[in-house]
This record gives sequence, C-alpha cells and structure tokens, in this order.
Amino acid sequence: MTVQVQVAAPIQRRSAASRVADGRNLLGIGFMIPAAVILLVFLAYPLGLGFWLGATDTKIGQSGRFIGLANFVSLARDTVFWLSIFNTTLYTVVASAVKFVLGLYLALLLNNRLPFKAILRAIVLLPFVVPTVLSAIAFWWIYDSQFSIISWVLIKAGLLDHYIDFLGQPWNARWSVIVANIWRGIPFVAITLLAGLQTISPSLYEAAMLDGATAWQRFRFITLPVLSPIIAVVMTFSILLTFTDFQLIYVLTRGGPINATHLMATLSFQRAITGGNLGEGAAIADAMVPFLLAAILFSYFGLQRRRWQQGSRD
Amino acid sequence: MTDLSRRDVLKAGVTVTAAAAGSGLVLPNGVARTAPAWNNQPESNAQIRVLRWKQFVQGDIDAFNASTKKFTEETGIKVRVDTESWEDVRPKAAVAANVGAGPDIIIGTNDDPHKFPEKLVPLNDLADYLGGKYGGWYDVCKSYGIRGNDWIALPQGVNGSCFNYRISAVRKAGFETFPNDLPGLLKLCQALKAAGTPAGFALGHATGDANNWTHWCLWAYGGKVVDQNGKVVLDSPETVAALEYAKQLAETFISGTLSWQDPNNNKAFLSSDIALTGNGISIYAVAKNSKDPAVLAIAKDMNHAPNPIGPVGRPMEQNLQMVAFLFKYSKYPKAAKEYLRFMWEEEQYGPWMAASNGYVSQPLKAYASNPIWTVDPKNTPYRDAAGRSVQNGYAGPLGYASAAVMGDFIVVDMFAEVCSGNQTAKAAAQRAADRAKRYYEI
Repeated sequence: MTVQVQVAAPIQRRSAASRVADGRNLLGIGFMIPAAVILLVFLAYPLGLGFWLGATDTKIGQSGRFIGLANFVSLARDTVFWLSIFNTTLYTVVASAVKFVLGLYLALLLNNRLPFKAILRAIVLLPFVVPTVLSAIAFWWIYDSQFSIISWVLIKAGLLDHYIDFLGQPWNARWSVIVANIWRGIPFVAITLLAGLQTISPSLYEAAMLDGATAWQRFRFITLPVLSPIIAVVMTFSILLTFTDFQLIYVLTRGGPINATHLMATLSFQRAITGGNLGEGAAIADAMVPFLLAAILFSYFGLQRRRWQQGSRD
Repeated sequence: MTDLSRRDVLKAGVTVTAAAAGSGLVLPNGVARTAPAWNNQPESNAQIRVLRWKQFVQGDIDAFNASTKKFTEETGIKVRVDTESWEDVRPKAAVAANVGAGPDIIIGTNDDPHKFPEKLVPLNDLADYLGGKYGGWYDVCKSYGIRGNDWIALPQGVNGSCFNYRISAVRKAGFETFPNDLPGLLKLCQALKAAGTPAGFALGHATGDANNWTHWCLWAYGGKVVDQNGKVVLDSPETVAALEYAKQLAETFISGTLSWQDPNNNKAFLSSDIALTGNGISIYAVAKNSKDPAVLAIAKDMNHAPNPIGPVGRPMEQNLQMVAFLFKYSKYPKAAKEYLRFMWEEEQYGPWMAASNGYVSQPLKAYASNPIWTVDPKNTPYRDAAGRSVQNGYAGPLGYASAAVMGDFIVVDMFAEVCSGNQTAKAAAQRAADRAKRYYEI
C-alpha cells in the first residue's frame, strides 16, 4: 500500500521590499510619522516660535529684531505683570486644591452602588463638556451686578438688601472666577478618579475590613496609595489647564477690575493682540513655562511606582 | 449797454444756489462750491477686494453693498466686500501689511494705518478733492488721516458717543436742560443718586465705553498721556484734578460699574436701573424699535446731550474713528482710488450715512446737512461727533505706542483705581505714567 505524503507547499521567498516594509522598525516609524508631523507643526513649531518672539520686539504688522532678554527686563518693571503672576498662582492653587478635594469626594460617592449610574455620570460630566465660553456667559449673567439671579433670590428671601457686587471688587472678582472655574473643572477630576477607583481590587478592601480597618483607614492606606499615580496625572492636567485658562476670564472680566483677575494668558493676549506688541505678549507666555514645568516634574515623580504603593516599606 | 440787467444776474445767482441746495449740499456760508478737478483713469480689467468693519445696523451694509454694485455697473470694476468685527480687522490689517498680500482696501479703525504707514499708498489727491468739494475735513479726521505730509488714510466717519439720559429723571433732579459744564454734571449726578435713579459709567475693561468717558474726563481738565513730542506727561496736576472729580462723580454711580463691560450700561439703561450713561446711539436705536411697551416708553423719555465742557474750555471727546487705507501691494491702485472716491461722493455717502441710523458721523463738513440728523431731533447731538473729538494718544502722534496704551487700558485702570478707593489720585497718576512710559520711551 502506498502512503500518500503531502509535500509541504514550497516556501515563498518574500521580496526584499515587502520584508523591509513589514520589518518592525520601518513600519513603526511609518505609523508614527503622521502623529509626529502634527505634533511638530502644531505644537513644537509654535512653541519654538513663541520662544523666539519673546526675544524680539516684533509688533503685529512689523517684523522685529532680536533683543535678547530686553522684554523680560521690561516686564520685571511692570506691576501689572507681577500682579498677573500672583493672580495666576492664587487662581491655580486654590481652584486645583478645591477641585481635587471635591472631585475625589464626588468620585467616592459615584463609586458606590447607585441607580441610574450611567445617567448620573453623564450629568456630572456636563459642566466640563459644555463649551467654556457658553458656561462663562451664563456665569456672566449670574454674576451681573444688576441682574444676578443669586442676588435676586437672596433679596426676595429677605436676606439681603442690595445686589452683590460679584465682579466689581477686586477680591470678590477673584473668588467669583475661582468658583466658576471649580464648577467647570470638578467633573474632569471626578470622572478620572472614578475610573481609577474602579481598578482597585475589592479584595484589598475585604482584607482590610477583616483586619478591622475603619473607613478612614481603608481610605488612607488603600485608596489613596493605589490612586496616587492617577491623582498625579489628573492633577497635572488640571493644574496645566487651570494655569493657562483664558476663556473664563476673558468673558467674565477681561482681566478687570483694575487687573485683579488678569491671568498670564489673558495679559499676554491683551499685550500681543489688542496692544499689538507680539514680542512682549510672547515673553509673558514664555514666563508661564517654568511654572508648568514644575507641575509636570511633580507629576513625573508621582507617576513612578513606589513600593509603598504596593504595601511594603519604601 | 448789454441786455444783462440786475434782474438777470440775480436770477442766475438764485438758480445756481438752488441747484446746489437741491443736491443737498448746503454749505455753512450758503455758497455753491465748484468741485476741484478729478482725473483718474482706473486700470482696465481691474478687480479689487475690500475688507471693512462689520456693520452696527443692517441698513448700513445694505446701502454699502448697493452702492458698490452701482460702482461695478458704472465702471466695470469688480469689487468684493468682506466684513469682520472691527476689533478683528486690526490684526488682519497688520498681517496684510506684514505679509504684503491681502485686501486692496481695508476700512479699519483709529491708529491702524499709523502702524505701517510706509506700506500704504498716499491719498493726497483724493483727500484734497473730497475736502475741496465737501467743505473740508474735520480737524480730528485730519489727525487720523495725515502722517507727516501725506494722507495715509481716508477718514470714513466717527462712531459718535453722547450722554444718554432720562428726561424725567433729570427734570426731577432740578435741571431743565442737561448741564454743559462739569460742576453742573456733578450736581446732577448727586441729585440723581438721591432720587434713586443713579448714573452709571463703565470702569471695567470696556473697550468702547470705559475709554470714552475716562479719556473725556482726563482731557476736559487738560490732562493728557503725552505731549506733542510723545513725552509722557500723564503725571500732572491736571490729571490729579480730573481723577479727583471722577472720584466724586463715581460716588454717585450705581454699584458694580467696576465690573462693567461694553454691554452693561446698555442693559442697565434699558431696564431703568440707571438714568444717565455715556453711549453711542445704540441704546436709543434698540429702545425705539422695541416691541416691549416699557422699553418703548424709555425711548420717548430719553434724550442725548454732548459731553460737558471742562476747564480746558472746548469739547474733548474720544470716539471710535473709521479710516480707509490702500496698500501699496495692490495691483489696481487707481481702480481702488476710484472706488473710494465714488463711495465718498454725496450720491453714495449721503444715503449710506442715513441708512447707518446715526451710528456714523460724517468726516466732511458738508455732510452735516444729511437728513438723518434732523429726521429725529434726538439724533442731532450725534451729528457733531467729529467736531467735538480729539485723537487717541492726545496730544502725541498716533502709532504703536498710542494703540498699545489704549489696548492696555492704562487710562481706564487709572480712573478705576481712584474711583474704587484703591489708590490716591497722585499715586494712580504716577503708576499710570510709569505704565505709559514703557510704551512711549523705548
């Protein structure tokens, strides 16, 4: 009896071109090129141009000469510039801290067993999703010194006898814009932290409860450590977005009253576009970079996995 | 003796004046002017692009486009008109100057053309022709149009501003006519506040309204940011006097004016929260056309008055000025000039200004007789806006520095600091002068 032996199909030698194209390196580079081009053209180039402009005396409509650090020297004499740094720092620190606390609290609440979870989460996300300018205009009406709904309600309830001057006094204006920013930013922190909370293994909590841990101890020794890389990421983004905020301030106060709410971004716009002094505006924007770098470095060190996050000594 | 009798000469004279009057050109001294010669041969197959500020009222752009179409029909030159909000025209004009390409004609505002005068075609012949034909240019318009010896821009008009007031409130405060001096104004505002119908003027970063009244107050006392040579003289006793007057005035304002942007005083006036403010004709225009009977009643109860005169003895107002300029990179400069001449001629400019409903005041004196100023007597105070105005950056030259000082709200912030009690008048003037020096002393 003959045995039919299936001869294996002859091996096809792949062409050199297809070998190269399928090779990991070249294919990888090919996939990366579109993203790299977009990043280079729309991020790296404008950033570089911004640094260059900050070192020139370019005006809108007139090319400038290189003047080194003269813009920064001039800004150092400008009280409004220093005020904008103070405003931006205050705005970022206070708003971010409150957003973190309230966002984390909201995430913990949403993490519980709730009816209509999906709808609740969508509603919670709304303030962040609505275009900033629109919510800013709504706040503009809420804070209006003649037509504020808050003042109207309080007066009708007999608790006040005059309209609150939300945006007309320097410190009132600062707190008002911070509140508006917090309202807008909580959902971002909350939803991201909620995602992080969901990754914590329930067995950790069960083990802790078996050991007799209180709710606070569970939070401090399980939730926070496991969540800290995510906290680092979300707070970095939140700080970056808050520090560079423009739309809210521009709509609500244009930087007033008396520059009390001028952030570095709005001042940079006022000097560069309205005033026509592109070099100085770019210099103000460049001055934001050290602060932003500090925030990113903090996140970088926070992102690293430390042994104490897994429960052992560092 | 010839057959020419005195009667014939008189008859001829009357006919000429009647013809001039009939065309709407009644000049102040009643004499018919003959137009200087205009010789301009536009290039053949020309087409030009025009970028202008976005209209405040629909009638404006309708009339403008209709005239443009008529121009194309008469000359065959194609014209494309684009509009942008006036604040956006400024950077676009600057970019066009920088890049060397863009619209042939840009109709922008204020000191725009003075930032790149060397990129613009001199319009001396056009300005002289129009000035000669229509009674001459107002002084402030000459300041905006002329740089050195050349006309670099053709003034198109002034967006005038007046004091808007409620007649009943002013009467109740004890004034039959609106005061035209500063002590009178202060007394009026104090009485208005006592009666519960206060005044309100913007002290926030309101580009139009805040700059308008603070500059008027500063200049009315003789204060100014720079002198004729561009040297900062803001820190002066006159400035301090203006600030102290403003502080007293601000004590009578409704609360919250430090947060006011441009729309706030319109809203407050139309809701009867305030009885006096400074504004363009927009409040009246909205009130007149409102369907709400309460707002319509405000239109009947309101009137306008020019800004009172201060110790300096003459009107010193700050208003938005519209100016047209022509770029050297234009391929059809003669056609563009022809278009400008056409649009500024009485047959086009007159109906256009009338359709603008009082938002635009004329730059040429002959157009003061336009019927828009008399068809409603409440429009009349806006007619002389150009005659009462002084240029930005008074008394120095227009350019980047004057634009930057305006854009940075230096004068507004100075007044806001004093009116809110944050700084003394002397300290605020000093601080503002330091800020201005960063722009004027490079």
